[in-house]
Amino acid sequence: MRHRVLPGFGISLGYALAYLGLIVLLPLAALVWKASGIGVEGLIRLLSTPRTLAALRLSIGGALLAALFNAVIGLLVGWVLVRYRFPGRRLFDALVDLPFALPTAVAGIALSTLYAPNGWLGKWLDPLGIKVAYTPLGVFVAMVFVGFPFVVRTLQPVLASLERDVEEAAESLGAQRWQTFFRVILPMLAPTLLTGFALALARAMGEYGSVIFIAGNLPMHSEIVPLLIVQKLEQFDYAGAAALGAAMLLLSFALLVIVALLQRWSGRWAERSR
Amino acid sequence: MKKFLTVLLLTAGMLVTAAAAAKDVTLLNVSYDPTRELYRQINSAFVAQWKAQHGDNVTIQMSHGGSGKQARSVVDGLPADIVTLALAYDIDAIADHGLIAKDWQQRLPNNASPYTSTIVFLVRKGNPKGIKDWADLVRPGVQVITPNPKSSGGARWNFLAAWGYALRQPGGSDATARAFVHDLYKHVPVLDTGARGATNTFVQRGIGDVLIAWEDEALLARKQVGGDAVQIVVPSITILAEPPVAVVDKNVDKRESRAVAQAYAQFLYSPQGQDIAARNFYRPRSADVAKQYASQFPPTNTFTIQEVFGDWRQAQKKFFDEGAIFDQIGTGN
Repeated sequence: MRHRVLPGFGISLGYALAYLGLIVLLPLAALVWKASGIGVEGLIRLLSTPRTLAALRLSIGGALLAALFNAVIGLLVGWVLVRYRFPGRRLFDALVDLPFALPTAVAGIALSTLYAPNGWLGKWLDPLGIKVAYTPLGVFVAMVFVGFPFVVRTLQPVLASLERDVEEAAESLGAQRWQTFFRVILPMLAPTLLTGFALALARAMGEYGSVIFIAGNLPMHSEIVPLLIVQKLEQFDYAGAAALGAAMLLLSFALLVIVALLQRWSGRWAERSR
Repeated sequence: MKKFLTVLLLTAGMLVTAAAAAKDVTLLNVSYDPTRELYRQINSAFVAQWKAQHGDNVTIQMSHGGSGKQARSVVDGLPADIVTLALAYDIDAIADHGLIAKDWQQRLPNNASPYTSTIVFLVRKGNPKGIKDWADLVRPGVQVITPNPKSSGGARWNFLAAWGYALRQPGGSDATARAFVHDLYKHVPVLDTGARGATNTFVQRGIGDVLIAWEDEALLARKQVGGDAVQIVVPSITILAEPPVAVVDKNVDKRESRAVAQAYAQFLYSPQGQDIAARNFYRPRSADVAKQYASQFPPTNTFTIQEVFGDWRQAQKKFFDEGAIFDQIGTGN
């Protein structure tokens, strides 16, 4: 029999499952149960109104773009922080966590102050015709902000464990730098990068606090799904709000499943290319 | 002698009951966002008065937030003894769940609203766009800031004020009102979720030419940014905003706090309560107090919800429910 670190496998498994059930599954079940009041037909009607569709497009589209952007920039930042030594590195490293720690409403207010037409950055962008605050672009900026640490923090340990001799081998075999990166390093990183991408995506889709301050919140234009949910609650429409919430939950779940499949596929691909 | 004894006994008896009754009472007042200052002052005045009259130590706890959200919390079990919200519809929603008697609005004077406000305009220094009345808001190039009526109770007053204005113009009808309000929301570049957010957008971010706001919020904003940067314009006709108050029957019965809660609600109507309301930029109901603050509150031509829309339930259904007029007109661009 294998040696186990935690004593009493049965008890600890039972405890873990009960805890997970209480903290995660029960609230989600309550959400679905509340949403069921609206019925399938009601749900379809709710999801197919132009306003809901526009909000879904912005929430999902914005989150996808922001997560992609974070994947690229996060990889770069993670790489620099792991591979190079420079003054202030530890400070920069600590700064990465700031979006985790900051209350999202504070972040939203700070961002809209910065990007408003009379803000520090906004007053330079505005004459160029680039409007960030109160547009869909503002939504994107807020989503990038809240999702950023997920990519960096998932990648860092893997980047640190990459063995340099693989790169050196590639180089000694005559690979160009870009070849080394795209054919050697990226395949090894891909599964982790996808995890970071998925986490950033999920966070951005559900983000409320930081987005509403910078979004403008115009129906059909710059309105996110969580705001629609809040508006439904404001009208005491519990079932409608829960239904929208459940729909978002399903969508997030579907996206996470897709990302998990991609991860397995890319993991095998990395194995094969070794 | 007998009479003297009776009086003595009675006095002693009263003293004993008073001593026995001297107890600690806590009240929870669930209110909406911009009333923090107002109720901080009301609470300390009421606590002092109740202590002097009854000897009890009253502690009043406050909860602030968006009016609709607050009503929902009370429905979901927040043990409020008293609710002081932005519109009657939110208290109706609590009453619908059986926590408050349905006739709550008849139980206190003036539709159960101890102080009022109106909807006015806040414009930038010198009024560069020359905004004097509602019609000026839909001129080309004018940007209007107002929060979203779907998420803000205050914004619903703004919407109804604009509608009522259009309705009361010569030849006004539901069709012309609808056209006017539609036009108005096309001039709105940002729909904040709440009234305070809209004030910030206008005052701090410098967006828009005019903010449609509650008079108390406008006066407060003017005081905070200094009188020079912004000024208040009172339109030719506007709505009388009546924020209501109700004792939450089910909770006060359970907590045995009805007497104090009712006294608290009535205190809002007392001369002292009215004076505090006026100092916090709410229009007092009492004519005497109103006279003292006449310079702060210029006379306005107002209509009430009842006069134009019947009641809040009807207004909510016609304008703000799912698929109702606000959803139909759409906004922006």
